Amino acid sequence: MTDALTLDGVSKRFGDTVAVDNVSLSLHRGEFVALLGASGCGKSTTLRLLAGLEAPDAGRVLLRDRDATADTAAARNIALMFQSYALYPHLSVYQNIAMPLRLRGLSVIGRLPGAGLFSGTVRRVSCDIRQKVLQVAEVLRLGDLLARKPGQLSGGQQQRVALARALVREPCAFLLDEPLSNLDTQLRADTRDEIRALHRRTGYPFLLVTHDQSDALSMADRVAVMIDGRIAQTGSPQEIFRAPASIDVALFIGHHRMNILLAGAGSALHPAGAGLHIGVRPEDLTLDPAGPLVAVVESVAFHGEETIVQLRGPSSAHLRLVLRGGQAYPQQGGTVRLAAAADALHGFDRDGRRVEIGR
Amino acid sequence: MRRGALTDLLLVGPAALAVVLFIFLPVGVVFVLAFTDYQVGAQSAEWVGIGNFATLFGSRLGRNALINTLLYSAIVIPASVGLGLLVALGLHGLSQSLPRVSAVLRTVYFLPVAATLVAMAVAWQMLLHPSLGLMNQWLAALGLSTQQWLTDRNLVLYTLAAIGIWQSVGYNMVLFLAGLAAIPTALYDAAEVDGAEDGWTRFWTVTWPMLGPTTLFVLIVTAANAFRVFETVATMTRGGPAFASDTIVYALYREGFVYFKAGYASAITVVFFAALLLLTAFQILLIERRVHYR
Repeated sequence: MTDALTLDGVSKRFGDTVAVDNVSLSLHRGEFVALLGASGCGKSTTLRLLAGLEAPDAGRVLLRDRDATADTAAARNIALMFQSYALYPHLSVYQNIAMPLRLRGLSVIGRLPGAGLFSGTVRRVSCDIRQKVLQVAEVLRLGDLLARKPGQLSGGQQQRVALARALVREPCAFLLDEPLSNLDTQLRADTRDEIRALHRRTGYPFLLVTHDQSDALSMADRVAVMIDGRIAQTGSPQEIFRAPASIDVALFIGHHRMNILLAGAGSALHPAGAGLHIGVRPEDLTLDPAGPLVAVVESVAFHGEETIVQLRGPSSAHLRLVLRGGQAYPQQGGTVRLAAAADALHGFDRDGRRVEIGR
Repeated sequence: MRRGALTDLLLVGPAALAVVLFIFLPVGVVFVLAFTDYQVGAQSAEWVGIGNFATLFGSRLGRNALINTLLYSAIVIPASVGLGLLVALGLHGLSQSLPRVSAVLRTVYFLPVAATLVAMAVAWQMLLHPSLGLMNQWLAALGLSTQQWLTDRNLVLYTLAAIGIWQSVGYNMVLFLAGLAAIPTALYDAAEVDGAEDGWTRFWTVTWPMLGPTTLFVLIVTAANAFRVFETVATMTRGGPAFASDTIVYALYREGFVYFKAGYASAITVVFFAALLLLTAFQILLIERRVHYR
C-alpha cells in the first residue's frame, strides 16, 4: 500500500515551546486515520504542517512518496475542513464551493466579473466549475441552498458547505479539524455516520483531528494518540483501547479513567504487580466476596445506566469501580472485596511503558 | 401605567425640548431665511424665492467655492482612504513581527487626529513659509525650485488637500486596523488552502470583501469631513489668494459672519445640508443592501 501523505520526523517550535516533537505519521490510500489528543497537545499544529500552512523546523512532509516539504498549501492539493468552517461570509454557497476551482482554474483577469463575456476559455472553465459544484452539492444535499449566504444557514448546513468546498477539487487527502465539536449531540451522531459514508464513497484518505476519543475510536481505521507533541501510540481502535502502549495512553483512553495500582500495591491482583504498575479499567473491576483486593467505599454516585463507586484500596490507592445496570451497590464507608479477570490487567514498567504480563 | 408614562415623559422631555429649541427650530429658521434677502440686524426682509440659490450656482464666486470644495474632496477622499488602508495593512502585518514598532507608528499616525487642527495649521504655516519654512529650505538643499505653497493660486488648494490628507489618514488607519483585527485568521488559511497562493490574491479574496463595511464607513466619514473643510482655510489662507482656496463652508462663514448676509448664508447651508443628507441616505441604502453580511 502506498502512502498518500507522510510526516517524517517532523518538529515544530514556537519560541521556546516545542509544539510538535519528531512526529512520524503516515496516511495510506483510502484510509481513515484519527489524530487524537488533548487540547494543546500539538495536533492542530500537526494538521497545519500537513496542510502546508506551517513550515516544519525539522523533518519532511511526503506526498505520494514525493518530498513536498517546500510546497505551498495550494500546490499540495490537500483539502482541509476547518473547525470554524471558515466559509467566506460575503459569498453565496455556490461561490464558496466554487472558490478553490476558480482560484486554480482561472487567472486573476479571468476571475474578474464579466470576464466570461470576452473569453471563450473563461466560459468553458466556468461551465466545468459549474458542473463540478452542482455535482458535489447534489452529494451533500445542498442543491436548494446554493444561492444562500453562510449567515443564513444552520450549523449543520454550514458544515456540509465546508465539506463540499473541500471535496470539490478532488484532493489527494482530506484533513478534518474537529469537525464535530460545534454540533449538538443528535447532529453529532448523524454527522459521524455522514463522514464515514463520505469516506467510503469518495475513497480519499481522511485524517480526523479530534480531542474526543469516542469520535476517534468509532470513526477511524487507525488512531494515532498524541501526547505533549509526540505520537504516543498508533494502532487500530481496538489495540489502542485493549493494549495501551503506555500509562499516559491508558489514562487518556477510556470513558472512565483507568485505575493504576503502583508497583507493590497491585501484587494482590497479579504476581507481576510486585515490580510493575498494574492498570485495570473501572468497568473491568467486579465486586466479589472472594476477591483478592480489599477496598473501602468512599462515595457512590448513581448515573442512570451506571453507578460509579469511589474506593480507597491498598497503599491508599484511589480506585474507581463502574457498576452496570441494576446491580446492587455497596454502602458508603463499607469494606468490599474486588476481583478482576487476568486478561483485563495491564502491566507498566517504572518508565510507564507497557509490559505484557501473563494472562 | 399612566404614572410610568409620566415618568418617561419627564425623563425624555427636557432633552427633547432642548433638541427642538436649539437644533430643529434653528434649522427650520435657516430653511425659511434661505428664501429671503435677510441681513443680520435688518428690520425686515423680502422674499426672493430661489434667488439666493441662483446666486450660489450662477455667480462666478459661488461656483468657484463649489468647484474648489469638490476638487478638494476628489483629492482628499481617495488619497486619505487609500493611504489609511495601506498604512493599516502595513501596521497590521508589522504587529505580528514587531509589535513595539507597530504600536509606536500607530501613535505617530494618530497624532494629527488627536491634535487641534487650528494649532496644527499654525505649525504648517511655519513649515510652508516661503523663505523661512523648512519645506522650501529642504527643496533648496535638494536643488529644486522653491514653491509659494500658500500664496500661489495654482498650488494653494493642493497644499490644503495634502494637509487634509495628513490629518485624516490616522483616523482612517485606526478604523481599518479595527476592521482588519476582526477578520478571522481561519479565512486566510482557507484561502491559502483553496489556492490563493500570493498575498495579492488573498487580499482580493478575503481582506477586501471582509473590509467592505469598514471601507464604506470610512468613505462616508472622510467625505463628510472633506466637504466640511474649514479650519485650515480659515487659519492659513482665508480663502485666498483671490478666492483660489475659497470653499463652501468658508464662503458660508464669510457671507454670514463677515458680510452678515444671513439669507445667502442660509441658502448655502441648505445646499450643504442637502448634500450631506444625500450622502448619509446613500450610506444607509448601501449598508442595508450590500455590504452587511452577518
